[in-house]
Amino acid sequence: MATTDTGVNFSFNRVAAMVRRYWYLLRSSWPRILDLIYWPAVQMLMWGFLQLYISQNAGFFARASGVFIGSVLLWDILFRGQLGFSISFLEEMYARNLGNLMMSPLRPSEFLVALMIMSIVRLSIGMIPVSILAIAFFGFNLWALGLALAAFFANLILTSWAVGIFVAGLLLRNGLGAESMAWTIMFLFLPLTCVYYPVAVLPEWLQYFAWALPPTYVFEGMRALVIDHVFRADLMAQGFALNIVMFAGASLAFMMLLRSARVQGSLLQTSE
Amino acid sequence: MDARSTSPIAVDQLVKRYKGVAAVDGISFRLAPGSVTGLLGGNGAGKTTTIAMIMGLVSPTSGTVTVLGADMPRERYRVLHRMNFESPYVDMPMRLTVRQNLSVFAQLYAVKDIEGRIASLAAELDLTEFLDRQTGKLSAGQKTRVSLAKALLNEPDVLLLDEPTASLDPDTADWVRSRIERYRAQRGATILLASHNMGEVERLCERVIIMKKGRIEDDDTSEHLLSRYGRETLEEVFLDVARGRRHSEAAQ
Repeated sequence: MATTDTGVNFSFNRVAAMVRRYWYLLRSSWPRILDLIYWPAVQMLMWGFLQLYISQNAGFFARASGVFIGSVLLWDILFRGQLGFSISFLEEMYARNLGNLMMSPLRPSEFLVALMIMSIVRLSIGMIPVSILAIAFFGFNLWALGLALAAFFANLILTSWAVGIFVAGLLLRNGLGAESMAWTIMFLFLPLTCVYYPVAVLPEWLQYFAWALPPTYVFEGMRALVIDHVFRADLMAQGFALNIVMFAGASLAFMMLLRSARVQGSLLQTSE
Repeated sequence: MDARSTSPIAVDQLVKRYKGVAAVDGISFRLAPGSVTGLLGGNGAGKTTTIAMIMGLVSPTSGTVTVLGADMPRERYRVLHRMNFESPYVDMPMRLTVRQNLSVFAQLYAVKDIEGRIASLAAELDLTEFLDRQTGKLSAGQKTRVSLAKALLNEPDVLLLDEPTASLDPDTADWVRSRIERYRAQRGATILLASHNMGEVERLCERVIIMKKGRIEDDDTSEHLLSRYGRETLEEVFLDVARGRRHSEAAQ
């Protein structure tokens, strides 16, 4: 027999195969790599210069130097993390390769782990150069946040994966007709998770929704750190707990949507 | 030992309904080990849905599919590494080279000697000179050979082929058929082939299942079908079935 694997158990070998597949694709196309850096850089520069202007004219913002740039960079971790996950998945649909994968011994959980790894790879290609640009242009060193950055990152990437998993399920179930969700769903989080302003700004009834979303804890925590120089471990723990619930819910939704796709025959027809 | 466990593919009272409409309507068949069976039928006859249920891509509404002793789709991960398929309705990623594509799939199927297997398949399917070319830059015939190489990577015991020579010129199609024949002879694999090409089915398949509106209209060897319908080609038999002529009428 030419193969060694029974295919029953989770296999890191198959995860590695999928990561290799996406890496080949990424490195074969310089526009894809440029795209990973382009928008984060534009965003960071725009908000950085805006903050520079405001801080020269307002006492509070002068004290809170770095809040906007910090928000932009953390928002990009959340947004680009999900986009990196979803784009890798969409590549399979654009390439009409999903049938090959679904018919192979690749398990859904292995596929999702490969997509998570690729979201970190794509995020790193975009964010590392941009974080260095932030130091060069505005003297904001994201890396100086140290352990707090690790906590922020872990929480944000977990949310981005949960959203990415849910969107992948929608794409399996509904085909490319659900493609716009992959590009836009995260923008729902932009006003609700209070990326650029404190939760207290929202009407009281909306604050309940905001606190139900894990990234809100990260952005509040970032402001506490940059403005008050206090690391709010309690916020990180609450955000992490919500993330576990969100991740489990998204994984469950994915499995239900996949089952529904098998019932409806959607895996055969993944175009719109 | 019952027939379900000895047949590489056993289909029993299989039904698939989409919003109340039966795409497959209570079909049953068992394939003998090492056999090549043709699945014939017009558009919408239920061939692709049947193959999709055998692969575990679509869940049956009722009835059962057993492949190599595994109940599909519930136990599919027990046997997917011993199966493979080729279809013109799926592609290999276009930007990857042929070698990259084959090596990714070889790793997914846990092929033991990936480089060696790719080299031997490339030699066998006349792909060596294209191995480092992007898959999207190949001709239709070359892409079909790459898809066939992917389908044979893990030396499957069960091979499902959905119109393997669709859109190929006669010479390339004939070449592909000879490779399928050779693989069956070497490996003793069980092959189920859906096709609109009657000549292909006549040449490759010892048994023919003809579907119409989700049901099996006839199921026999090519020779018996030709004799019962009093026809000289399978295409004529297919037209008789498609147009609702019984074999007794057709023979007159």
